[in-house]
Amino acid sequence: MEASVAAPVFDAGSTAWMLTSSALVLLMVPGLALFYGGMVRRKNVLTTMMMSFVAMALIGVQWVLVGYALAFGQSRGGFIGWDPALVALSGIDMNRAYSDKGIPELVFVMFQGKFAIITPALISGAVAERMRFRSYLVFTVVWATLIYCPLAHWVWAADGWLFARGVLDFAGGTVVHIAAGVSALVLALMLGPRRDFKRAAILPNNLVLTLTGAGLLWFGWFGFNAGSAVAVEHPAGATAGLAFTTTQSAAAAAGLSWMLMERWHHGKVTSLGLASGFVAGLVVVTPAAGHVRPLWALVMGAVASVVCYWAVQLKNRFDYDDSLDAFGVHGVGGIVGALLTGVFCFTPVQGLLDGDAAQLGKQALGVAVAIVFAGGGTFLIASVLKATLGLRATEQEERDGQDLHVHGERGYHFDQT
Amino acid sequence: MKMIIAIIRPERLEAVEEALGAVLDEGDHYRITIDTVEGRGRQEGEVELFRGQQVRVRNVQKTRITICVNDAYVEKTIAAIQRGARTEPGGAVGDGKIFVMPLDEVVRIRTGERGSTAV
Repeated sequence: MEASVAAPVFDAGSTAWMLTSSALVLLMVPGLALFYGGMVRRKNVLTTMMMSFVAMALIGVQWVLVGYALAFGQSRGGFIGWDPALVALSGIDMNRAYSDKGIPELVFVMFQGKFAIITPALISGAVAERMRFRSYLVFTVVWATLIYCPLAHWVWAADGWLFARGVLDFAGGTVVHIAAGVSALVLALMLGPRRDFKRAAILPNNLVLTLTGAGLLWFGWFGFNAGSAVAVEHPAGATAGLAFTTTQSAAAAAGLSWMLMERWHHGKVTSLGLASGFVAGLVVVTPAAGHVRPLWALVMGAVASVVCYWAVQLKNRFDYDDSLDAFGVHGVGGIVGALLTGVFCFTPVQGLLDGDAAQLGKQALGVAVAIVFAGGGTFLIASVLKATLGLRATEQEERDGQDLHVHGERGYHFDQT
Repeated sequence: MKMIIAIIRPERLEAVEEALGAVLDEGDHYRITIDTVEGRGRQEGEVELFRGQQVRVRNVQKTRITICVNDAYVEKTIAAIQRGARTEPGGAVGDGKIFVMPLDEVVRIRTGERGSTAV
């Protein structure tokens, strides 16, 4: 045993809330699996859901072994963290507190680990129904290590270079949504469209799953956003309450706004539209949750839906197959959210609305860096994979559906007694 | 003996069953086989919305019923199906079709009975 320093005082309320938040964020992964799984054709429902579920296995291990050390270890010039003692978390005594926030560091490790798990899973929405599963697994681990960990370090670690420049990203608009959304677009472009894209009807196998997933995502998002208050306050309280309120407000306004857009554009309000609106609102408020007032969260949600609504139509204009709109919702919503944070923020700094344009500039820097780094990095990783394992499933796999070829299972046997 | 196959709207099944019961149940219940099928007639599929895109689904879900009857009951059965399956008022495209075909033989598996007693 190490000589015990003055035993840290843990705040029971903060610790309980962070444990809860960590579990809530993990629940978003099955939520995402259902959300995506319902939208693909029946023959690919399992592979699509697995692309989210495997992140729990892969990144769940990667994070404990090296991920946390890379993202939150001793900063090396603001660009990457590293601390041999953090490998496999072996140097973290269970009594060690995280910073001055009154919670055990292990709780913080777990909370951040859930973010690392869900982020690569978000990308799977753009590659559904055609990416080779094996390559996806390798991509996920490499991307989490070489793209996610550095980016999280830059934006969230106390010595990260973007953090030091004052870029605000409350819960991951830049680190999670822009990074995943832009990477998703790059992968979709490199993979090419599904063979039936624009050729045959591609209809969702079960929108009931998708709606269930959207509900779980919203629920889990309270942990994602209100839990992120841990970075700025101790004990958890006012900021967590603000983030919780803005999260709820933006999601609701975005759902309403998407409904109205659809009613006006197509004459019908679709269930998938409402669900997509909720997600767009949750994405846009993520970077802003603890920085804006509820009224502006409503505005951000409404704006996000309008922008994302048109963004998901772009794929039909430009012929790229972002199958389940990972870029259209997460990428575009993340960019809109990061920029609007610079407009509407009032704490800890003032934004454009209060007459200070400087924050908007910092936000734009964060957006640009995330786009270039995640986009370029994904291109490099995927290029190597393309030349080695191959990115795309075989044509036969794609025709028959990946479920049977990859997993030897089918998702549904409803006709069996 | 005839085999009568009708393609109807799924939501009319209850009405068709009621109409059939009224003419066929004489101390005994009529026999029927019901399938869910898909296909297209003049209704030519339906339009669904997915992600803001109109997608034409070529085939529509329908219910197919199969009933085998002795000759004396053929017209009554046809009339009952028509009565039950036609949407008010006066019917609409998509109400379905009735096919009547000769039936050579019927065998009750349990007893080996054949022909009209086995129907």
